[in-house]
Amino acid sequence: MANATTAPKIVEPTVFDLSSPGRKGVSFPDPDVPRAKLPESMLRKDLPLPELAEVDVVRHYMHLSKFNYSVDGGYYPLGSCTMKYNPKINEDTCRLPGFLFTHPLQPIETVQGNLALMYQLQEWLKEISGFAAVTLQPAAGAHGEFTGVLIMRAYHKSRGDSKRVKMLIPDSAHGTNPASSGMIGLQVVQIPSDARGNVDLKALKEQCDDTVVGMMLTNPNTLGLFDEHIEEVIKLVHDCGGLMYGDGANLNALLGIVRPGDLGFDVMHFNLHKTFSVPHGGGGPGSGPVGVVAHLADFLPEPLVGILEEATDDEPPLFGFIKPAKSIGRMKAFHGHFGGGHVRAFTYIAMHGPDGLKDISQYAVLNANYLLARLRKTYHVPFDRICMHEFVAEGQFAGSDVRALDIAKRLMDYNFHPPTNYFPLIVHEALMIEPTETENKDTLDAFADALIKIADEAKTQPDLLHNAPSTTQFGRMDEVKAARELVLCCWLPEDYAEKV
Amino acid sequence: MTYIPISPKERDAMLATIGVKTLDDLFKDVPARHRFPKLDLPPALTEMEAAAELADIAASNENVRGDLISFLGAGMYNHYIPSVVDHVLRRGEFYTAYTPYQPEISQGTLQAIFEYQSLMAALTGMEVSNASHYDGATAAAEAVNMAWAQFRGKRKKVVISPTVHPQYRAVIRTYTQGMELELAGDDPNADLGSGPEALMSLIDDNTMLLIVQYPDFFGRIYDYTKLIAGAHGKGALVCVVANPTALALFKTPGEMDADIVVGDGQPLGIPMWYGGPSLGFFTTKKSYVHKMAGRLVGETVDSRGQRAYVLTLTAREQHIKRERATSNICTNQGLLALASAVYMSLLGKSGMRQVAELCYHKAHYAAEQLSKIKGMELCFREPFFHEFALCLDRPAKDVNAHLLEHGILGGYDLGQDYPSLKNNLLIAVTEMNTKEEIDSLVEVLSEVDHG
Repeated sequence: MANATTAPKIVEPTVFDLSSPGRKGVSFPDPDVPRAKLPESMLRKDLPLPELAEVDVVRHYMHLSKFNYSVDGGYYPLGSCTMKYNPKINEDTCRLPGFLFTHPLQPIETVQGNLALMYQLQEWLKEISGFAAVTLQPAAGAHGEFTGVLIMRAYHKSRGDSKRVKMLIPDSAHGTNPASSGMIGLQVVQIPSDARGNVDLKALKEQCDDTVVGMMLTNPNTLGLFDEHIEEVIKLVHDCGGLMYGDGANLNALLGIVRPGDLGFDVMHFNLHKTFSVPHGGGGPGSGPVGVVAHLADFLPEPLVGILEEATDDEPPLFGFIKPAKSIGRMKAFHGHFGGGHVRAFTYIAMHGPDGLKDISQYAVLNANYLLARLRKTYHVPFDRICMHEFVAEGQFAGSDVRALDIAKRLMDYNFHPPTNYFPLIVHEALMIEPTETENKDTLDAFADALIKIADEAKTQPDLLHNAPSTTQFGRMDEVKAARELVLCCWLPEDYAEKV
Repeated sequence: MTYIPISPKERDAMLATIGVKTLDDLFKDVPARHRFPKLDLPPALTEMEAAAELADIAASNENVRGDLISFLGAGMYNHYIPSVVDHVLRRGEFYTAYTPYQPEISQGTLQAIFEYQSLMAALTGMEVSNASHYDGATAAAEAVNMAWAQFRGKRKKVVISPTVHPQYRAVIRTYTQGMELELAGDDPNADLGSGPEALMSLIDDNTMLLIVQYPDFFGRIYDYTKLIAGAHGKGALVCVVANPTALALFKTPGEMDADIVVGDGQPLGIPMWYGGPSLGFFTTKKSYVHKMAGRLVGETVDSRGQRAYVLTLTAREQHIKRERATSNICTNQGLLALASAVYMSLLGKSGMRQVAELCYHKAHYAAEQLSKIKGMELCFREPFFHEFALCLDRPAKDVNAHLLEHGILGGYDLGQDYPSLKNNLLIAVTEMNTKEEIDSLVEVLSEVDHG
């Protein structure tokens, strides 16, 4: 506690710290119309925002950017996040003026390009997934899940089947699955995994009855394994009247490999920011379209993009919006993440075609299995069989107090981003590794070499791991202090006295 | 085009290490009858071809920076975005990073979000902000979730002003369909001229949340202080849906004692992008922070005594709490929160106020000129910001069609949502509209009058 009163060292001041009264970052023209009278009693007295020059702002954010690890900067094998390379052309296409500067409420005749692109993307996603209809409206994966769960609920309700309250979710699922179900008051029933990482069929059978809304399944699951009994699992759920929800988080393993709709899934969300190269943006924006089978199409959120007038010999079709007959409603304002999501994904799919998409999944799976082959002698892999696009190892060693967290932090010293750790919950000290298809063999070898070396360090020099990272600008964080003191804002220097 | 950096020779070496012969051998768990479907998709384009095709698609739209003069708003606004904003956004260090789960190598994103939170709290006059939601409408729906959590489901009524954006109200209806709530006030046939105090009669001891909009959907500015005090008297929370540009000029919802302020951050340096992505901001009082959904960044120190930032209070979130979480939200709108932080930092105290005043003066000039035209008048007399409802003596649809023939994107047709406002247009004016543009709008509409 000797440091309790020492002020922390400031590596980069905040924009509030940097403020100096009277500086200007941008000017706007004087009004070219007469000034109107402002309603005095309603005016704001003080606007406590910083005052900076343009160069101050540019340097500040340039400095901040250097504190970030990124896919452009290095290898980012974060399990379940599909941190693939984001093609640069996407950044150009999504910024074309025709996309950037169109208003969502413009008459459809003036935005046929946007609508044609959205329609085509809906069609392509249908073809890739084997579903009958797709909505592009959901903003992210979790938003797509919520959309899907609402559709499942609405379907049962429309049939007068009101006793269905249970959602079956495997113990390996993402936290968003139970949270999405919880948001509409469903009862979540956890289904265990069997010894080979599949859904435990016996446990599933016991839960399948006429109170089941459906099952939410990620396949391949978060262990990176394709369920060996997938068709039986789906049949069990269907036989009791339930619907099968597919969490599309791991779709990067399935392009041109198998279509979830063909397997019997009824609803699935896509993560355009994982599978289709929309950059993750430091945590969004994502884009989470949802596909459904024909008998659920009427429940999709409004609006969908459709053809209002078929093409003729002289004219292209007229695209516009349609409202599904029994729509669950609107999931967000306007039409989804068009510019940042749909345009980039469209560009990506157009540039891959059917064979290119299959290559993506084949090489994503190749890379994961290659790393698994190189690491399985050093790290225990509890569900060890041919994996799909990712696998989960244990980050612990017999007789050592080194944990997955230490291994993750030590990887930073080797200039790698760590894998996802402590997820899925069913593997102790989990290290979830997803290489993606956009890494070459040299990178994978260097990463495997680093992990093997770290395993050795864990035995010989464990403090190297406990104290890692040591080569980065920042060391480990005092997370308890953050949660206890809850400093969630900063202010202008002159305002500190009254705020703190 | 492929982005796979593995040669056939390397591939074969890797397959040998794995112990299989071909790539196809890796997929034996996939049921054979469904394995390797032939996808009916167009053949791959090269980058050169894709760039040309996308440029063609984009060019077939009529945009508001060259093709059309726009007076369309209704929740998304054509503002100037200084060049710096996109230069920062285009840095790969920001846009190709993931959610900052590893704070040692994510301080760029974390500090930027912390600054965004600080700027947003200052702008709305509130104590804390989260790291953002998908958009203004979903942020409003998350306010309902927060109120639900605050009262542990014991209060079941939400009062929504009919002058909240129609799409926001629609999203709240969608989000709450499993919650067995009573939504009161959400009635497009309500008297839209009766003022906010009329909502008081709907607020009772079962009301968990009141939602109003500021400026309201018709651009009107009300001081909600009394209404908020009244709602608090019944024990209810109050959420104000706010336009962030307006907050640089007008009394903040914080000064009115609002409990939650939400809205769409698009006016703060985010392009319209045909409706998205933008961001939903969410600010509140510190006492509600544990019930708030969404990511939250807090200040701390690292092991070397340096000031640093981390995701905090994560125990509220879905990956820990699973089905007991307030919300299933996973991401925020990270990159767009960065855009807004850059925008607000750059404009600062004076620039933000300048933009708001430009919008105000130009909108009032437009309103004054338009209301001189025979058969047109302002629908409401209350003070307004940069949007106003214009009553016409003929269908809004016809007027808009006529404007479009002259290259003008007219206002939003209010009859779509409010039966009593048939023949009404919602006109938005921003700093982007020159006097010349406003005069040509007036001129073309005067022609309608004579025609």
